[in-house]
Amino acid sequence: MTDHQLQLKAVQLRRRTLQAIFDAGGGHTGGGLSCLDILNVLYNRILNVSPETFSEPHRDRYVQSKGHSVEALYAVLADRGFFPEADLKTIGHYQSHYVGHPTRHIPGIEMNTGALGHGLPICVGMALAGKMDAAPYRVFTLLGDGELAEGSNWEAALAAAHYKLDNLTLIIDHNTLQISGPTRDVMSNEPLDEKWRAFSWAVKIVNGHDYASLSEVLSRPAQPGQPTCVIANTTKGKGVSFMENVAKWHHGVPSEVELKQAFAELDSLEARLREAVPSNLPPAEPTGSQKI
Amino acid sequence: MSASAPSMFTPAATAMAAELGLKMGRANLDEFAATLEALAKANPNLVAVTSDSRGSGKLAPFGKILPKQLVEVGIAEQNLVGITAGLAACGKKSFGVSPSCFLTARSLEQIKNDICYSDVPAVLVGISSGVSYGALGTTHHSLHDLAVLRAIHNLTIVVPADNFESREAVLAAAQATKPMFLRFGKAAMFHLHRPGSDFAVGKAITLREGRDAALIATGETVIHALLATGRLAQHGLNCRVISMHTIKPLDAETILKAGRECQALVTVEEHSLQGGLGEACAGVLLQAGVSKPFRMIGMPDDETVPGTQADIFRHYGLSMEGLTETVLQLTESGRRTERTRAQT
Repeated sequence: MTDHQLQLKAVQLRRRTLQAIFDAGGGHTGGGLSCLDILNVLYNRILNVSPETFSEPHRDRYVQSKGHSVEALYAVLADRGFFPEADLKTIGHYQSHYVGHPTRHIPGIEMNTGALGHGLPICVGMALAGKMDAAPYRVFTLLGDGELAEGSNWEAALAAAHYKLDNLTLIIDHNTLQISGPTRDVMSNEPLDEKWRAFSWAVKIVNGHDYASLSEVLSRPAQPGQPTCVIANTTKGKGVSFMENVAKWHHGVPSEVELKQAFAELDSLEARLREAVPSNLPPAEPTGSQKI
Repeated sequence: MSASAPSMFTPAATAMAAELGLKMGRANLDEFAATLEALAKANPNLVAVTSDSRGSGKLAPFGKILPKQLVEVGIAEQNLVGITAGLAACGKKSFGVSPSCFLTARSLEQIKNDICYSDVPAVLVGISSGVSYGALGTTHHSLHDLAVLRAIHNLTIVVPADNFESREAVLAAAQATKPMFLRFGKAAMFHLHRPGSDFAVGKAITLREGRDAALIATGETVIHALLATGRLAQHGLNCRVISMHTIKPLDAETILKAGRECQALVTVEEHSLQGGLGEACAGVLLQAGVSKPFRMIGMPDDETVPGTQADIFRHYGLSMEGLTETVLQLTESGRRTERTRAQT
């Protein structure tokens, strides 16, 4: 899949993420939109996993430590065929397994997450198991930058470097905002790159919305014998102008008017993308705005 | 007897053990470590995870013999549980081993989410549990662990009483496909079971029959309950002793049988009286409408008295002498109640 095709797919995934949050009447909007391009690259280009291979012992593992951005993950997993897209309509419903954080009841989800600071220790265990078995799989986890205040991450950071887990990649969704406001005001954690280097990780800094850069750093471990930390600079609420860089959209739910406005922006983004490369396009999918 | 741990038994208790024909074994913790090592030698997929706790977990020999099967995480209990979960999720039979005081408090959220909610077949081993650490103080005591773990869904909790139960619990845990928590003390324990006895997780073991009172005990308190029944026999009371090794799922059938057949009930646990075995038994009995004179012996809701494990047991009435006294008082009050009922 080309970068351009992934960009077009991302527009549709953003629509589905917003639609899911709107339908559920709750969810995590800003962080979902900020990590969506990362998830798009992981599941369509990097991870050796599919609905057919999900029970294979040598599949790549992805654990979403920032579990609250689950609507974006659901949208990507549905798109990859792990479950029917219609299931997204049941998020938050009575007796639906599609709850507001990932669980293993949902096809494609490795571990139940949602409490922050859990994904990295789990992934250290997974990567250790891979090393013990000389297995070919890689292990990926996605953390929010606000989540880095959880001390358990730093316990795991020590262990991953100690055991030279180069099969482990941590991606930080570095959108610089958390529920209470800018991360630098809530609990400053910069300079992030120096911190991870000091913990003996190989560090890469990329634009978290740039498909070529993301693909480049995620396609292989950065350094033999070292775990990789990818600091993905992102925009919270990416793709919807009035949601971008606004803390209240951390878990803001769009009204019907706001949803239409968001879809109009995504429609025009899609039109611009299609105009930019008029050939080799996949058939146009129905737009989200037609679905309200 | 383990040189590292002082005896839990007074000369009188030791004499009663001899009278009952009981032989001294090793610490349950030693039995755990030996069993785990034997299992690991046969199963390269079995992994122990320690948080600078291989010495206190008696796993130093394991680490020397099977270094590739022991993961050291340093003093980092949250990481210990997360890593144990991740290993289990990728096909390892992982045993996370750490002092119960730290394991079940600092990393409680990891136990709840990474192990139980995610439903991985990991085993958590709380070592030097209860007041095993004695005079090291409350930071090192785990008198909350059963209460908090009972409230977490999808966790089997086993507290073995002697070497036999310890070995059987480890063997069961190695086969388990669901999360398990095992709790071990480090005092040398008398053997309570004959060779070839039956053990099943979730099925309590009646060590001694009797109907004047039943002592329902768990872990390292079971021996003291058994010794007390020896004393009580000298007072003409035939008392039942139940080793309630599995705290969850609780063997309600055995509790109700005791409640219906015995004149009085005493629960005994090296744990806070809040939310432990005693309250669990009370819940079973009350909901079934079974009401008998009932006492819960354990640690009150207070800062634990300073002292050795033996001192603390004696202070709160968990020793042979204390339990004997409790049963005598209870059966006497039971008889008074019966007399009052008969008169009215």
